Amino acid sequence: MIVADGIDDEEKWLAEGIAGVQHHAFFMHRALDDNNLRDALKYSSLMLSELRTSRLSPHKYYELYMRAFDELRRLELFFKDESRHGVSIFDLYELVQHAGNVLPRLYLLCTVGSVYLRCKDAPVKDVLKDLVEMCRAVQHPIRGLFLRSYLAQISKDKLPDIGSEYDGEGDSGNVMDAVEFILQNFMEMNKLWVRLQHQGPGRIRDKREKERNELRDLVGKNLHILSQIEGVDLEMYKDTVLPSVLEQVVNCKDELAQFYLMECIIQVFPDEYHLQTLETLLGAYPQLQSTVDIKTILSQLMDRLSNYAASNAEVLPEFLQVEAFTKLSTAIGRVIEAQADIPIVGAISLHVSLLTFTLRVHPDRLDYVDQVLGSCVKKLSGKPKLDNRATKQVVALLSAPLDKYNDIVTALRLSNYPRVMDHLDNQTNKVMAMLIIQSIMKNNTLISTADKVEVLFELIKGLITDLDATTVDEVDEEDFSEEQNSVARLIHMLHNNDPEEMFKIICSVKKHIMRGGPRRLPFTVPSLIFSALRLVRQLQGQDGDVVGEEVPTTPKKIFQLLNEIIEALSSVSSPELALRLYLQCAEAANDCDLEPVAYEFFTEAFVLYEEEIADSKAQVTAIHLIIGTLQRMNVFGVENRDTLTHKATGYSAKLLKKPDQCRAVYACSHLFWVDDQDGIKDGERVLLCLKRALRIANAAQQMANVARGSSGPVTLFVEILNKYIYYFEKGNPQITSATIQGLIELITTEIQGDSTSALPTSDPFFTSTLRYIQFQKQKGGILGEKYESIKV
Amino acid sequence: MVLVLALGDLHIPHRAPDLPAKFKSMLVPGKIQHIICTGNLSIKEVHDYLKTLCPDLHITRGEYDEDTRYPETKTLTIGQFKLGLCHGHQVIPWGDLDSLAMLQRQLDVDILVTGHTHQFTAYKHEGGVVINPGSATGAHSSITYDVNPSFVLMDIDGLRVVVYVYELIDGEVKVDKIDFKKTASIHTAH
Repeated sequence: MIVADGIDDEEKWLAEGIAGVQHHAFFMHRALDDNNLRDALKYSSLMLSELRTSRLSPHKYYELYMRAFDELRRLELFFKDESRHGVSIFDLYELVQHAGNVLPRLYLLCTVGSVYLRCKDAPVKDVLKDLVEMCRAVQHPIRGLFLRSYLAQISKDKLPDIGSEYDGEGDSGNVMDAVEFILQNFMEMNKLWVRLQHQGPGRIRDKREKERNELRDLVGKNLHILSQIEGVDLEMYKDTVLPSVLEQVVNCKDELAQFYLMECIIQVFPDEYHLQTLETLLGAYPQLQSTVDIKTILSQLMDRLSNYAASNAEVLPEFLQVEAFTKLSTAIGRVIEAQADIPIVGAISLHVSLLTFTLRVHPDRLDYVDQVLGSCVKKLSGKPKLDNRATKQVVALLSAPLDKYNDIVTALRLSNYPRVMDHLDNQTNKVMAMLIIQSIMKNNTLISTADKVEVLFELIKGLITDLDATTVDEVDEEDFSEEQNSVARLIHMLHNNDPEEMFKIICSVKKHIMRGGPRRLPFTVPSLIFSALRLVRQLQGQDGDVVGEEVPTTPKKIFQLLNEIIEALSSVSSPELALRLYLQCAEAANDCDLEPVAYEFFTEAFVLYEEEIADSKAQVTAIHLIIGTLQRMNVFGVENRDTLTHKATGYSAKLLKKPDQCRAVYACSHLFWVDDQDGIKDGERVLLCLKRALRIANAAQQMANVARGSSGPVTLFVEILNKYIYYFEKGNPQITSATIQGLIELITTEIQGDSTSALPTSDPFFTSTLRYIQFQKQKGGILGEKYESIKV
Repeated sequence: MVLVLALGDLHIPHRAPDLPAKFKSMLVPGKIQHIICTGNLSIKEVHDYLKTLCPDLHITRGEYDEDTRYPETKTLTIGQFKLGLCHGHQVIPWGDLDSLAMLQRQLDVDILVTGHTHQFTAYKHEGGVVINPGSATGAHSSITYDVNPSFVLMDIDGLRVVVYVYELIDGEVKVDKIDFKKTASIHTAH
């Protein structure tokens, strides 16, 4: 409760103080109204005595000060008007010095001083000098700081600055005097401020430092005024202002003051000055107390300079001229060296700032960028695991070049980039790898050489293999899919139109993704396969065997590679995907006129079908893909073709469900009838397939009868009817109008047999098929004639 | 007037990194009432993307689709039109119009949309229409060489459907328009 009481007491003291100010101000106003100088001085003096209190915290003292300050404005107006009090300003200046107490006396002196300066009766520089010297009489930190703050306040618009009305000709004062005045006031204030920490008992040190921090802007105000002075040009800043200020900062040996003032210098003076005095400014850093947070100051400085460079391209030569990068880089090195216990996050954030600076100021200097990364690697090496904040900084460091260049290819040239990445934990490493891939995607960057592909895979290796023994359960399934799909997308961005280089790229990608293990291969292999098939397609267009010229990249060579890759996939329990890819390759080999290769791929597909695909639904899809692909192949000789079609028909008839059997078997009919000019046209075997399909449909119907007591829909028969119509139209001599007629009647009977009341039109498929026949009959022509004898 | 986006065979990420940027900027949410997709997206991310364009999404299963729950065929009615959807790898010979016409009769639809060949086609067939929107990413195909990315927008209005084909040729989007009118007699036969 002591604290609470303390606060209450302070409130009370403040209230008393304010009451006192108001009380005396009341009488002062009366005196002013009566133009009574004597009473005015008396009551203002009494009013100002309230400021002599030592019981208030800086915050409360400020409130009281502001009350008095407002009253002093009125007093100043009175002083200014000589006709009201009849005393010359010179005499007045002497007169107020008779006030009994030093603090009221000096406030009054400053107030008169303000008028004295304005009327320019005496040399401005002398008055300023006198005032700043006289104020020394108050050495109590809080009282002294506010008094000097008052002095700064009343004098700031009356300084003999260049171009101002106070810039005296001759001896009355020039900008140098103004600067000296402010500098002196600043130094005195800073001393008071630093001394404040020794006030009061040691146990309230924390509170005291907090209060002290509240007063910092009073001190900083001087620097602000300095920066406003027109006459402080670069030269004066360099020769006078900065050295004096830095000297004071360094010598005060106070952590709080040093940190604040260094920040303040960066904030209030123009960036151009900082750039031109970089050496001096940076030179002060190692002289500061070891506890000062130099990295924050340095970061601020670099951020300011980066923004300055970004704001105006014309200033860039200046950066080069003063060798800003080297200076900053050296300074950072020194700071990190000097502060051995600097936390790693601080060291990295310094590098982030330097990198940001470099990217803005020297975007063309990749060597600088790499140098920053390299210095960061040095700092990181041998360090234990990074904490969250440090990790974030490393990610920021690595993201900066990506954002700047929008082109990963540039980042790939940075030799230290992967070395920095190595210091990330696996999770963050993956996040960074994803950022890299996203950058590539967003900017549509093609990675066009095998060398770059190698570097890229080094960067994203966290996605390519398991970096540690993380068990599968720990990985979020959705995240994993997203990551692997990103890699799969990325593979399409690794491209070169030159077949030789493209082949190298494919080999490189293969090498890396094959290390991915059973969980990654199903994601990444298809992209690689299709990337390679695109190359095959490209080579296929060129007539390869140029006589006397070595052709290292041939479709054959690529097919060998493809075979190895798919084999790896099929061995990791993705038989369905592997089968599809084998078929794709078979067709590509067909297009390249490579019969043995195509046959090999087909064989592999069949082996997978036989041994690995057990699910009946998967079998149905697989067999249709096999039939569909085989139907398109024209590379096979009679013997090979027979073997493969025989296999396909055999498997079709062995599917689990009758309807699936039936459909696959009638699909096989197309293996014997290819509607090309020189395609196979074996009408007899087509008919055999269709008849076999019919038998299966019958069997299916009977099974349905036994199982459910009704034969069910006639869909299969109508489907077969449509196939008959197909071949009828194609001119297969085995299919006559009579066969079709027979089938139509069979279906009609089936429909009516199922339920006597049913009309043939109750089956929409049958109806639309009959409508089609009708349509063809009406259309006439050769087809129409063929249909003529069919009755519907 | 109803706008229907028809597309398919994106094959992301197996054969293409993403939809062409030009298409992506054209396809904005809120303009399309239905999406019909023939399949081979092939991953959930693409499904989710299509869903953002229009929640009424109809998909049939392509042979590379990660999601095995898509049906083999699907029919839906939009306005006066009955539409059928199927990826097409089940219809042998692939891309064969006469065989697709059989599927059209089987599904009993006015408009049949299929994919698989990566080749844009639109045929009038016995009063109906058979459309293949091609591959929206221009994905590599063993059937079609030099695939250009393409998709189809159908503007269905009463008995009329205007089919707009968007094709990306050498970086430029080319639009083609095909007009179909449904003869009211189709479903009144018998």
